Amino acid sequence: MSSGAPAASGLAAVGTPPSAPSARYDLGVRLRANSEYVAIPVFALLMAAALFAVFLLAIGKSPIEFVNYVWRGGFGTAFSLQNTLQRSSPLILTALAVAIPARIGLIMIGGEGALVLGGFAAAAIAVPMVGVVPPIVTIPVMVAAAVLVGAMWVGIAGYLRYARGVNETISSLLLTYIGIAIMNFFVEGVMRDASNPNKPSTKPIGDAYMVGYIPGTEVHWGFPVGVLLSVALYILMTRTTFGFAARVTGGNFRAALAQGLPVGRLIVGCAMIAGGCAGLAGYFEVAAIQGRANASLAAGYGFTGILVSFLARHNPVVIIPVAIMFGGLVASGGLIQRRMGMPDATVLVLQGLIFVVLLTSETLYGRFAIFRAGDAKERT
Amino acid sequence: MNAGVVTVLIAMLGGAIRVSTPFMFVAVGECLTEKSGRVNLGLEGTLVLGAMVAYAISYHTGSPWAGVLAAGIAGSALGAMHGSICSLPRVNDVAVGIAMMLFGTGVAFFFGKPYIQPTAPRLTSIPFGGFSDDLNLRSALDINPLFFVGIAVAVVMAWAFANTRWGLIVRTVGDSAPAARAMGISVDLVRFLSTTVGGFLAGVGGAFLSLSYPGSWNQGLSSGQGLMAVALVIFARWSPLRCVLAALLFGAAGALGPALQSVGVTQGYYFFNAAPYILTLALMIASSSATRSARDMPGELSMAK
Repeated sequence: MSSGAPAASGLAAVGTPPSAPSARYDLGVRLRANSEYVAIPVFALLMAAALFAVFLLAIGKSPIEFVNYVWRGGFGTAFSLQNTLQRSSPLILTALAVAIPARIGLIMIGGEGALVLGGFAAAAIAVPMVGVVPPIVTIPVMVAAAVLVGAMWVGIAGYLRYARGVNETISSLLLTYIGIAIMNFFVEGVMRDASNPNKPSTKPIGDAYMVGYIPGTEVHWGFPVGVLLSVALYILMTRTTFGFAARVTGGNFRAALAQGLPVGRLIVGCAMIAGGCAGLAGYFEVAAIQGRANASLAAGYGFTGILVSFLARHNPVVIIPVAIMFGGLVASGGLIQRRMGMPDATVLVLQGLIFVVLLTSETLYGRFAIFRAGDAKERT
Repeated sequence: MNAGVVTVLIAMLGGAIRVSTPFMFVAVGECLTEKSGRVNLGLEGTLVLGAMVAYAISYHTGSPWAGVLAAGIAGSALGAMHGSICSLPRVNDVAVGIAMMLFGTGVAFFFGKPYIQPTAPRLTSIPFGGFSDDLNLRSALDINPLFFVGIAVAVVMAWAFANTRWGLIVRTVGDSAPAARAMGISVDLVRFLSTTVGGFLAGVGGAFLSLSYPGSWNQGLSSGQGLMAVALVIFARWSPLRCVLAALLFGAAGALGPALQSVGVTQGYYFFNAAPYILTLALMIASSSATRSARDMPGELSMAK
């Protein structure tokens, strides 16, 4: 639990001469203990891959071909790698929306709703400003609208949990459905762009108000923002009093109450951070990809984000590589669909399988002596 | 205008009967699972997979009832998966439920792709409205036999909980696992079976979606009904009979949007589509409390701790 300790002992090892055996010994034990948290998820991934290979063979498809297309569609070329990074941006942000509440002991899965409403809020506030107010003012307003609306949306689930004891997993998913319905209500109704008869959308925000690409690439700014935010939230959750108090509350709610921690504010705060992250993902989907708000916002990033966060064991920094991995899988979906003649739900099956196997592997923790060598001595 | 109100009310009655059936099956199934002390949030996935399997089997065999049975079997397979994974130590049943939800929908969409176009034979309804000349009333009283099956299952389950050895075992396991172990009951086995049977019922609920109302298979078929039914169990305070009543209430709420549309009120169609979700949330808020766990809640539920 105390993820603050490994770095502390690392610092000690740097600061003191290498003749300090206790610090080094401690580091060795820590490495062994932490390697369990890497080895078991990796094992789960391999098991899921093996099961999926059996599934592919059973329906007469080649697993090798599948891997080949995931590589080509997700990582193999500069183009596909950029596409992957592009798609991993909303995954990082929606995974953070699961990871932060998880630290305080809540399973919140409302990222998809906050993404959709955040994106919609950004587009809705931009439409009357486009052409009137310069982008330099409009863009921050859009970001603020997306983050605030997202934060409010998941914040509701946090507040209901604290004030009314409403199960946050169910309420956050219900809020997702409500959020999508609210967006559809406006996009099909008063905010519909009449000049676009095919797909109900808001008016486009226009190129001048879009977020550009990182110079020299075709990756939008959502990716570096997501990475920076992950690091910032990692620091918040592991190095600050807020993070410490949140983790205490997650570890033992009654102890936190007895200590006089402001559990209500902590729970609502974590939920709002989560919603803000997902809302920001919605902003980038609108301002960097779609250019308007419509039903394409509900593309399932919020649900893949749940899996990303669980696979990263709700560690904000580990979320980054895991999100890139799944971004590649999502990015290669189209290629797999076209070349292998498989439905687009193939990626969903694989994700579901990974999720199920991963959660099953939770039972393996603490069962292997190799990860606990020296543990007994350490405890005495 | 008055005629319009009557039309809306009749449509809501018909809707309550039609729309409530899948809610009823899922809620009663989940009620059994939760009575045994476990939460299966994955019934949304079970519902969707049940709908797909029922449609596919009905299409291939020409018998919708074979489809219903197959949907139940597919549902119990997912339930058995959830039940066996959760009997491993240190595994969180809520998280597994989320995973099963994604897995179930993924599998359903994967195998369901070829069945979106073709038309499968549907379950025939029993016309109870023959006495009336009012076409709206007649269509409202075209009731699917599964509706009565659902009520019968709920009645039998409520009776069994109160009066049979099996009912006592499930309730004991759900209220206190140590007490059940002391009685020599295998807690994991009871929970496994309860989750499997719960999955069977949810699968049958899915069959109703694709074979009766709305009566076709597509990817947007369920959109959260399984989840709402799970929330419903909390509101129904873990009683199968109250689950039926709550399902009827939900059916009426879900029918509000289409009913208003049928009399020409199209404004706010999407808002009325959101009505069941908002109602669920409101009911959850009304029936829970921050300071004590919900009334009649099985003591072993992870939500109770």
